[in-house]
Amino acid sequence: MLEEIGTNDQGDMIINIGPQHPSTHGVLHLVITLNGETVKKVEPHLGYIHRSIEKMCESLNYRQFIYVTSRMDYLSSHINNHACALCVEQGLQLEIPSRAQVIRVLLDELTRIASHQLWWGALAMDLGAFTPFFYAFREREMINEIMEETCGARLTMNYIVPGGLMMDVHPDFQRKVKAFLVQFRSKIHEYDELVTGNVIFQSRTKGVGILSKEDAISYGCTGPTGRGSGVSCDIRKLYPYEIYQQLQFDEVLEQGGDSFARYKVRIGEMIQSMNIIEQLIDNIPEGDFQAKTKAVLKLPKGDFYSRVETARGELGVYIISEGGTTPYRIKFRSPGFSNLSALDHMSRGGKIGDLMATMGTLDLVIPDIDR
Amino acid sequence: MISLESLNRALQHWLQSTLGDPWAYLVMCVLVGLAAITLFAVLGLALVYMERKVAALMQIRMGPNRVGPKGIFQTSADTLKLVMKEGLTPDGADKFLFNFAPFLVMIAAMLVLAPIAFARNFQIWDLNIGVLYVAAVSSIAVIGILMAGWSSNNKYSLLGAMRSAAQIVSYELSAGLAILSIVVLAGSLRISDIIASQADGWWIIKGHVPALIAFVIFLIAVTAETNRAPFDLAEAESELTAGFHTEYSGMKFALFFLAEYINIFIGCAIGATLFFGGWMPFHIGHWEAFNRVMDYIPSSLWFLGKTLFLIFLIMWFRWTFPRLRVDQLLNLEWKYLLPISMINLLFITLMAILGWHL
Repeated sequence: MLEEIGTNDQGDMIINIGPQHPSTHGVLHLVITLNGETVKKVEPHLGYIHRSIEKMCESLNYRQFIYVTSRMDYLSSHINNHACALCVEQGLQLEIPSRAQVIRVLLDELTRIASHQLWWGALAMDLGAFTPFFYAFREREMINEIMEETCGARLTMNYIVPGGLMMDVHPDFQRKVKAFLVQFRSKIHEYDELVTGNVIFQSRTKGVGILSKEDAISYGCTGPTGRGSGVSCDIRKLYPYEIYQQLQFDEVLEQGGDSFARYKVRIGEMIQSMNIIEQLIDNIPEGDFQAKTKAVLKLPKGDFYSRVETARGELGVYIISEGGTTPYRIKFRSPGFSNLSALDHMSRGGKIGDLMATMGTLDLVIPDIDR
Repeated sequence: MISLESLNRALQHWLQSTLGDPWAYLVMCVLVGLAAITLFAVLGLALVYMERKVAALMQIRMGPNRVGPKGIFQTSADTLKLVMKEGLTPDGADKFLFNFAPFLVMIAAMLVLAPIAFARNFQIWDLNIGVLYVAAVSSIAVIGILMAGWSSNNKYSLLGAMRSAAQIVSYELSAGLAILSIVVLAGSLRISDIIASQADGWWIIKGHVPALIAFVIFLIAVTAETNRAPFDLAEAESELTAGFHTEYSGMKFALFFLAEYINIFIGCAIGATLFFGGWMPFHIGHWEAFNRVMDYIPSSLWFLGKTLFLIFLIMWFRWTFPRLRVDQLLNLEWKYLLPISMINLLFITLMAILGWHL
């Protein structure tokens, strides 16, 4: 029967994980080579959700193309919109009203918390514990309600536009965000009790999927994946945009490089994001929510690059303009793609269970990898 | 007072007076078989419902609440769906083994039911090697799982089956040693004798710390042998999609599913019998009035209550812990549980010789 089971020359078993698999969180297709339970090679196959967003953007004008980018990394759609808006504003040399800047940062950080909460629940699920998912969604639901009230959407926001915001925030915004902060501060210890301190969880993640600092740099890993390996790569600190240089927050760094280090970075980031929101929520300046712009935006000839820190790492937007109303070429540097490329290196020699733990802590969002 | 025992006696008496000896015996056998199958069906439905409600309790949500009052018909509706679903046999599968495996798992679960005492003097078969029989027959299930995994012609199934075999064979040892420690204390393998030896106190209390250790090991081993989280590596849906039953659908899948719950019930029933006195009411030394009140509670309720409590514990584990990795699972058994249970057995033997347990 062995010849019917796909094996290679060395007699290793080759298994397809995905594109329909519970722990790839989407249509990621991994071809893994197994020797018994030990993973010898991981080969990601992409393209199952490729929508050629970059090509599509070339035929959409500078107001329209932002809506497509919400569909890239759908868990941080505000931040994607933000990156694109920053790039267009850089080309137009627009001054953004301070009210819009503060609200943009608030929404970015709320998005980051929501994304990390979902990751936290999904990671626990990858490791076989179902219950944390529901605890994560209890708080995440509050953020989703805030988003729904603010921009009418819960996933694809399309709220941050070139020049500022699409509309002003709801009058309840401040009150609801504060209620969320109170709730989350009082509940975050449950996250630690349920998962972080669990012996099984620690033994599943400590020393698993190790990525050294050098490797993290050479693979271009950013975001919590890079910072878990001790690479200081927080765009908010290194290349501050909007009002980040005026804010008090720490870049969470761990030196371990294993899955548990990446886990701790994300937990720490949720707390840092809460600190940022707390600094800003009472200090939203009055004023316009949008700068005065022309109805049809035209970027001058040249190329423009902006980068932001999404929940998964560095998102770069590179626009080449020929001076028209649409970009001549556009390229997104997505964090997930670089982080995924390190997966093979990290999971070789581990067990199948380790592969899931590693993949879970990379926090992959497939439409972000496959645009 | 009406009890299961008196009903059983009356039925036997009536059958013997109307049909005569050999026929009455035959009819009794058929009735027992029917009762066992009915019990299986009811247990399956009730335990799945309980699992979903316990999960909901752990996960701050409601659980099934649409089909019938408080959702009690949800599992019946699910079963109906499974019965009507087509039972696919994948191309390239070993047809005989593939179709036979779920039945083998089910039969193994059914056989273990025989020596369990459900109430005072209410037992299908009180054989003199009761617990040994349970330990021996319950291992047959692993052959069914291996068959299912191998014959499915699916790599996930094969991996799941291999994991399951390694796991069940390993954890059988600690389960056996934990059972042995009570056998040493009670001085008999017969289930009714073990229960009778707990008339003045359950072994978990009378056996002091070693019995408690044996109980904890037994509970871990039962969780592992029934392939439940945190030891559900054979299924491991985030790694192997559904492990050994990936290719099964419809009623054949339902049989695996049902067998899992029956195995939990049986494991917990054995645990309740060995450590909590089976149907024996809770008695405290010389408190005559208290003991009298406890005796008023029917023995079947005592048995069911203790078993359900243990089942709740196992469900609690499932909805709290992440899954172990396969090498950690085997390390836990061979490096920790097995040495501990061996030393524990020595202590218990010493206790039994010196008579400290009384």
